[in-house]
Amino acid sequence: MGIISRGFQGRRRGSDGRLPPGQYLVHDFPVLSAGPTPRVPLDRWEFTIDTEDGRRHRWSWQDLMKLPSETPTVDIHCVTKWSKLDTAWQGVSLDVLFEEVESAAEYALIHSYGGYTTNLPVEDLLDGKAWLAYRYDGDDLAPEHGGPARLLVPHVYFWKSAKWVRGIRLLDEDEPGFWETAGYHNYGDPWREQRYEGD
Amino acid sequence: MRRLPWRVARLAESRWENDSARTLVLEVPGWPGHLAGQHVDVRLTAEDGYSTQRSYSIAAPADGERVELTVERVPDGEVSPYLADVLEIGDEVEIRGPVGGWFVWRPDGAAPVLLVAGGSGIVPLMAMVRQRRRAGSRTPFRLLYSTRDPGRRYYAEELRRPDPGLDVTYVYTRAVPEGWSRPPGRLMLDDLAAGGWPAEFAPDSYVCGPTGFVERAADLLLSLGHDPGRVRTERFGPTGG
Repeated sequence: MGIISRGFQGRRRGSDGRLPPGQYLVHDFPVLSAGPTPRVPLDRWEFTIDTEDGRRHRWSWQDLMKLPSETPTVDIHCVTKWSKLDTAWQGVSLDVLFEEVESAAEYALIHSYGGYTTNLPVEDLLDGKAWLAYRYDGDDLAPEHGGPARLLVPHVYFWKSAKWVRGIRLLDEDEPGFWETAGYHNYGDPWREQRYEGD
Repeated sequence: MRRLPWRVARLAESRWENDSARTLVLEVPGWPGHLAGQHVDVRLTAEDGYSTQRSYSIAAPADGERVELTVERVPDGEVSPYLADVLEIGDEVEIRGPVGGWFVWRPDGAAPVLLVAGGSGIVPLMAMVRQRRRAGSRTPFRLLYSTRDPGRRYYAEELRRPDPGLDVTYVYTRAVPEGWSRPPGRLMLDDLAAGGWPAEFAPDSYVCGPTGFVERAADLLLSLGHDPGRVRTERFGPTGG
């Protein structure tokens, strides 16, 4: 337990144990991005998965829309301390996209329109843990929230859920992404409060 | 890599920037120093062990073991009303940091700098203004500072004093001083064209404020031809802090 701040009462909001350590609940949807919001026209949008031996799998927007989608309702946790419960999305499970990909790579570097990158072990993208999301709360995903499509990987801090996602490079060796090279934790498990390098 | 530790921070001084924003000067034994633009996590713990954390931008460059924050009181907030109205000289909180390696300015930067602040988004940008002055940097700075009305400004006295190489332009969205030629209104292309740098100068731009403001300012900079890779943003929303 930390030192006590004289006179601090605080609010204890019931969250049924769904709030990771150091997080607080919000009801709006804050935006955090390192730069301007890219605008990506759908007729030029594409998503790619590049394997470690240089094979490329590619989906256009039309291809993506033809794939079976899911409607996950998940809690999201931002490293800047806010958490939002029961967020409703629609998107394609990465399991569907990875079906036709042959790879033994253990690491993924996710990259976005605008140049953002973030890394995760491949296993964190599979088995129902990650989606390519294009609708939020019943509407098309707004550009400032990552539209037309963003990654959704809710079991790690939300910076891993890359906005404006463009593709995934599969790698034999881990390669840290944008925030991971700027002092943030390489993995980012909110339940172990892995915010910063060394946590 | 060692974990960033929580450190005890004792309030040494404080001053009001306007009727809802208070600057806290904290003494933090063992503080490792920081860069202009970085932020810290603040942790408050109640007597029964309940604790909560928030992030706050640092308002001034590193000065030994002193860390300066400016906190805007958010009505109904859990943490900011405590920091603004309850915390007294000698009281202690905990802080962890510095955090953030992207939204930073270093005095060896040669490119001209444009700072675009919306409301309390001025705080990390003021750390850059002060860092430049302290380092005797000749890097030309322009600050475009948008607030609701003149009374909402922070650091007004300090920004009024001459600081060669720093140009300050105010944009008021709701009410303007008497004789002010620009009518009140949100940030426009003309404001950025007049108060900023031409894109050909390849400035480094730092934009900080509420989400809507940052979205707009960054979009306008792009439409003026600025390289998106040189526009750094930091956004915050009304998150009940």
